[in-house]
Amino acid sequence: MIQFKETSLKKVAEIIARYPEGRQKSALLPVLHMAQVEFGGWLDVPVMDYVATLLNIEPIEVYEVASFYSMYNLKPVGKYLFEVCQTGPCMLNGSDNIIDYIKQKLNIGVGETTADGMFTLKTVECLGACGYAPMMQMGKTYREHLTKEKVDSIIEECRAKAN
Amino acid sequence: MGKKLLLEKVHIEGIRHYDVYRREGGYRSVEKALKMQPNDIVEEVKKSGLRGRGGAGFPTGMKWSFLAKPDGVPRYLVCNADESEPGTFKDRYLMEFIPHILIEGMIVASFALGSNTSYIYIRGEYDWVTDILENAIAEAKQNGWLGKNIQGSGYDLEMYVQRGAGAYICGEETALLESLEGKRGNPRIKPPFPAVKGLWGCPTVVNNVETLAAVVPIINEGGEAYAQIGVGKSTGTKLISACGNINKPGIYEIDMTISVEEFIYSDEYCGGIPNGKKLKACIPGGSSVPILPANLLLTTAKGEKRLMNYESLSDGGFATGSMMGSGGFIVLDEDQCIVKHTYTLARFYRHESCGQCSPCREGTGWMEKILLSIESGKGKMSDIDLLWDIQRKIEGNTICPLGDAAAWPVAAAIRHFRDEFEWHVNNPEKCLTENFGLRHYADPVYVAGS
Repeated sequence: MIQFKETSLKKVAEIIARYPEGRQKSALLPVLHMAQVEFGGWLDVPVMDYVATLLNIEPIEVYEVASFYSMYNLKPVGKYLFEVCQTGPCMLNGSDNIIDYIKQKLNIGVGETTADGMFTLKTVECLGACGYAPMMQMGKTYREHLTKEKVDSIIEECRAKAN
Repeated sequence: MGKKLLLEKVHIEGIRHYDVYRREGGYRSVEKALKMQPNDIVEEVKKSGLRGRGGAGFPTGMKWSFLAKPDGVPRYLVCNADESEPGTFKDRYLMEFIPHILIEGMIVASFALGSNTSYIYIRGEYDWVTDILENAIAEAKQNGWLGKNIQGSGYDLEMYVQRGAGAYICGEETALLESLEGKRGNPRIKPPFPAVKGLWGCPTVVNNVETLAAVVPIINEGGEAYAQIGVGKSTGTKLISACGNINKPGIYEIDMTISVEEFIYSDEYCGGIPNGKKLKACIPGGSSVPILPANLLLTTAKGEKRLMNYESLSDGGFATGSMMGSGGFIVLDEDQCIVKHTYTLARFYRHESCGQCSPCREGTGWMEKILLSIESGKGKMSDIDLLWDIQRKIEGNTICPLGDAAAWPVAAAIRHFRDEFEWHVNNPEKCLTENFGLRHYADPVYVAGS
């Protein structure tokens, strides 16, 4: 059965209390973020249905939001998600080369996950780090001023953490 | 060195935390504001001439004075921290390194507007910045600047941070409100404006991060003192996020009297172009504003030195000028391809269109495809006119300004670099391995101190 941990349920209640009575739907985006972290890095339909029940809204209200925003994953992703920016300012600073290098290094295409389930590569649009290009998002933080060497060390760091 | 109002203390160790921020004079503006009449605060902001720093440049005091105040209906202040315009990363810097200045400005603004609950809507990717803001809010609350009866004034205010989840469109204020209500970020038809019907149908003011931070020096020093900095209707200071092909990318607080040339070439700012390359073009105010070739960027069509302020950057209209926009300053050197760069922007807007209006939903996709085809050496000469035609049919024909934002970069690229597009069509093989480079866009030589 899908259910948030006690601490998460408490957090959900706290978030709902930020809005006026009856406006608990406002908690949808934050609660989906929490659900994605807690239930395996993506939003499966039963998870979205659970969130709908929790907020007392229709499942379709959750699906339409989950499919609108790019940060919600609607299919499984690897343990480490590399989201590499490819918009103008990053492109000017060589993001194409970084994306090609990651593809070659991990032997996957954009949108694919390595066979061991460790890494997923995604290209994304501007993340607001244009002065520190090229860059990518990995989990909660940004990795900036990317070079091939830096990509190598990030991959090693992830592998070491996973072992 | 220009005057700094927002970033003056950003390098002080520990300024991110309350104790240091307060020791350095933080929260003085709240002490002062709580003794003022709310309307007098609005008047002070009007006097300052402060214009919205998110991109549109609308006078902030006037926006505040539009707020409807029906009896018994709550009013809201919402901070727009959904910074997503390519080239723009200034709000992140403020929130990450000196978060209390935003909270301080928001308390003053909330008091002036009569909001008892205020929200910061931050882009979802700024996850760690959210933690920094939440810590700062907790510190402010512990020290009596938020919560019930702030500093014994009888005024109550709660402040919350809400993360988006990856959608440029939520930087548009009505899309932001929809998102804050837990919905897709589809912009609303205006009127009614948020000042009348905003968050949950209540009167709401939505202001950018930098705008709200600027309220702090305005209240501390007075609106008139603020208005004395800068020139004409470009008062106060502006944060510029500089990126692309420059030696010193980063955030600079300028007083809007310096020239574009000085900003690019002076060591105090961008420090010139790396590897001795020449300046080809620049987008001075975030990806949506028109790109300008070097000659028009540095000198207006009237032959005057172009300055880093609202009026000068837009001098000549779209024919020969651009816009201050969000202050996202993107520099392209001689090795960059205008077609490819424009393609990445078109792809961005296609990806970010909410899909509500057909001209934008369909048009952004067509522009992306045609630009990719020209960039890949598969374009026809008629494609250039087709692109022009499509962008013209998007502009002004959509509910929100994303349509215009998608049309303008394509229009400006063709307007100023049509020869480069034609070269791609005429050289389908060569354009895959070589760049058009720098042809007739001369690069003036900057002399320090000139």
